[in-house]
Amino acid sequence: MKIEILNGQRLTSNGQWEQFDNIRIENGHILSIDSGDSNFVPERIIDAKGCLVAPGLIDLSVSLREPGANVNGTIDTETAAAAKGGFTVVCSTPDSSPINDSKAVTKLILELSKRENNCRVYPLGALTKSLKGEQLSEYASLKDAGCIALSNAFNPLQSLIVTQRCFEYAKTQDLCVFVNPMEPSLHQGAIHEGKVSTIVGLQGIPHTAETIAVAQLIQLAEATGVRLHLSQLSCAGSVQQIQQAKNTGINVTADVAIQNLLYTDQTTESFDGLFHCQPPLREEYDRLALIAGIKNGAIDVITSAHRPCEAAAKLMPFAETAPGMSTIELVLPFAQQLAKHSDLPLSTFIKSMTSNAAAILDLPNPTVERGAIADLVIFDPNIEFTLAAENLISKGKNSPYLGQELIGAVRTTMNQGRISYSLNPESLT
Amino acid sequence: MPNKLNIQSMISSMATALEKYLKQHGIKSFELVGIRTGGVWVAHAVQKHMNNTQTLGELDISFYRDDFTQVGLNPKVSPSKLPFSPEDKHIILFDDVLMSGRTVRAAMNELFDYGRPASITLAVLVDLGRRELPIYPTIVGSELTLTKNEHIKLVGPDNLHFDIQRIDQSTP
Amino acid sequence: MPSSIQLTSTGRLKHFLTVSGLSKDLLTEILDTADSFIEVGERNIRNVPLLRGKTIVNLFFEASTRTRSTFELAAKRLSADVLNINISTSATSKGESLSDMLQNLEAMASDMFVVRHAQSGAAHFIANSVTPGVAIVNAGDGWHAHPTQAMLDMLTIRQKKGSFEGLKVAIIGDILHSRVARSQIRALNTLGVDEVRVIAPDTLLPKNLESLGVKVFNHLEQGLVDIDVVIMLRLQRERMQGALLPSEQEYYKLYGLTREKLKLAKADAIVMHPGPINRGVEIESEVADGNQSVILDQVTNGIAIRMAVMSMAMSGQSEQVNDDAMEQAR
Repeated sequence: MKIEILNGQRLTSNGQWEQFDNIRIENGHILSIDSGDSNFVPERIIDAKGCLVAPGLIDLSVSLREPGANVNGTIDTETAAAAKGGFTVVCSTPDSSPINDSKAVTKLILELSKRENNCRVYPLGALTKSLKGEQLSEYASLKDAGCIALSNAFNPLQSLIVTQRCFEYAKTQDLCVFVNPMEPSLHQGAIHEGKVSTIVGLQGIPHTAETIAVAQLIQLAEATGVRLHLSQLSCAGSVQQIQQAKNTGINVTADVAIQNLLYTDQTTESFDGLFHCQPPLREEYDRLALIAGIKNGAIDVITSAHRPCEAAAKLMPFAETAPGMSTIELVLPFAQQLAKHSDLPLSTFIKSMTSNAAAILDLPNPTVERGAIADLVIFDPNIEFTLAAENLISKGKNSPYLGQELIGAVRTTMNQGRISYSLNPESLT
Repeated sequence: MPNKLNIQSMISSMATALEKYLKQHGIKSFELVGIRTGGVWVAHAVQKHMNNTQTLGELDISFYRDDFTQVGLNPKVSPSKLPFSPEDKHIILFDDVLMSGRTVRAAMNELFDYGRPASITLAVLVDLGRRELPIYPTIVGSELTLTKNEHIKLVGPDNLHFDIQRIDQSTP
Repeated sequence: MPSSIQLTSTGRLKHFLTVSGLSKDLLTEILDTADSFIEVGERNIRNVPLLRGKTIVNLFFEASTRTRSTFELAAKRLSADVLNINISTSATSKGESLSDMLQNLEAMASDMFVVRHAQSGAAHFIANSVTPGVAIVNAGDGWHAHPTQAMLDMLTIRQKKGSFEGLKVAIIGDILHSRVARSQIRALNTLGVDEVRVIAPDTLLPKNLESLGVKVFNHLEQGLVDIDVVIMLRLQRERMQGALLPSEQEYYKLYGLTREKLKLAKADAIVMHPGPINRGVEIESEVADGNQSVILDQVTNGIAIRMAVMSMAMSGQSEQVNDDAMEQAR
């Protein structure tokens, strides 16, 4: 389809917002920018006045909940939610039911996502069989079926020797390992261990549960040569270690979940299960260290850590609730908040969710330049709306933002030149 | 007019009436109980007039009121003090203002939870009429009629006098 | 904030979930109201008709004969009807959700639930889920709070010491797992004691305790000096298994309250314990039964405090319901 986008600002390859007259798309690629050629007849025109145009977002950790119980989400609803959030590529976590530790499950995920065609899905394969942390799963088979990397999805690895074997075998198959760092015997409880956990009387997870695991994983990565990606860091101490590891040339990358940039453990004092997350929300100085890490490159990627779940899963005493937030549709309004309140520029945020994420997945660098694949998000930074459950496409309404005002909404998402999401203005009020 | 209420003379006439009543009924031994707070002050004043030095009983009726669902619990409830058992005793029950009769009903229920009196005689400083229950005072300082938006309150314990408040009929 | 769900728009109590967020005046009102109920307990007929016709449900997800009996007794002395539901034998073990169970119980027209649950935050969750007009009293949730226990302890302290001013109070034992200790610390600080201390090994102390207004001691010899009130906490047998303590003997040697150790405190110091007592583990028998011990007074005060908070919460709910009805009518 021939599409023309008019009159907006695009994110250039050096992170600047530049005004454009027109961007023309043909055959799934960006044909030209600011072309004067009057022979181009678009089948669709998008007026992007006042809007920002960036590469389509890439997420490294989305729980699609299918295969699994449909109440929490399906590939249909969750990829549609991702498209609404401006995503063109998402990596699905392997903790589905059944777990993605076999090519059959991988193929099912790919088949369903291709059928729905909302965004491209790159499944993450299970690092161990049934995610039990004991035995290797069939890495070669998973890769062959379409897994882009392997993940432990917050399930503990039972011993360091198992971790080492996973790394060695993954390196052999040339697969990157996404590991949520957690030392299982220290990682007991549902919230961060600190002043708040003392007040509310809940078992707390100390910083050391993550930072000790980070130290171990980095050393094992160095020893085995595997490409290690640390998933969803939450501690200032972890950021420090990543920085040091990178400085010494170890091949390690890291991401943070957007929840840990937006909130601290203060939110858990009210026992509201919507703030029960993995990793837990931590102290303000951790949050600030994560933001600083994104700005100075210690942390490569921001992820939505989208964990949709049904209402009932949050309707119980805090520690019994299912962890996680529904976030994927709101990532860009959140990014604006962070730009406003936490001094994290929007362009830096977007870079972490596009170029940096692509680099980890070995995908071509997404840009809004001539010749690039037309994976785009057109974002209106000024639309104000109050979030209502009906506005969310995801089956997960577990967002603490329900009833609150947000600023900014995706107008259009384009996936390889095809429009995968278009804003219906009535649906925002 | 309320301003003409002379408390001292009311107390005096109550004391006289009470002494006469007790003599008429041949009551030699009795206990004095006041309903907090005004009733206790009145009991004390009358007792003084009679040169009686018995220890007064004091009833806080907060737990016996019939309007808990409407007005809730009195935040300033304090323990009742009954230094004697009412069992088989003649009780003279004092209150400052008698109107609907509900306070006295509550006080009697409470007294009965302590023991079964031989009799209860009601003595009030002011009777406003407007009874909602079949309660009657034997000893009355003065009868009084108030308009719909007047409200009367005894101030004490020293220099006992009445405060008349006008409640404005403001729209809700 | 957790506390605001406990109060009506005029600051009256309508749920009693935690001491946290309640003002000194409101805590004092609870103590004063309890005084009146102590007097009721001394009469021949230890009943008042205040909550006649109201239904109070004891919803205990954790077994507890003592606490449940005192709540039951308190409710009966208020002339309320009492229903005891022990969940460990009923539906949630069959998988019925807490929310569903509450809806079923509410259909029975209960006016109040007294809840004890193993999960911190359970009472808050229930208070947030229940129909308006139904009062929730927390009889202990996980490690978080046991506000009625703390208030009966405060009442006991006020009875024996006259006021809270100038007092130094030490809480000794497993603070980490203790909802009683957390509530006591909050209450003591709100009521304005001079100093709150905890004495325990690091394995039994939660982190960042100083931020709660507490001085932390690891040794009885330092912590007990100059103390007016000693509060002993019960040591559960399980603590010996979780690599928290080596043995009961060592614990008793270091933290057990013996007559000798008690001499470090002021001569007129009182000794308290929420019960049940482990003789020879946290406290010497002679101290538990000695003349500085006020443990039995705590039990009596427990009934009066529970009568007070149940009456006040029921009262606040009526006020809220009336307010809401008037709002609707406008």
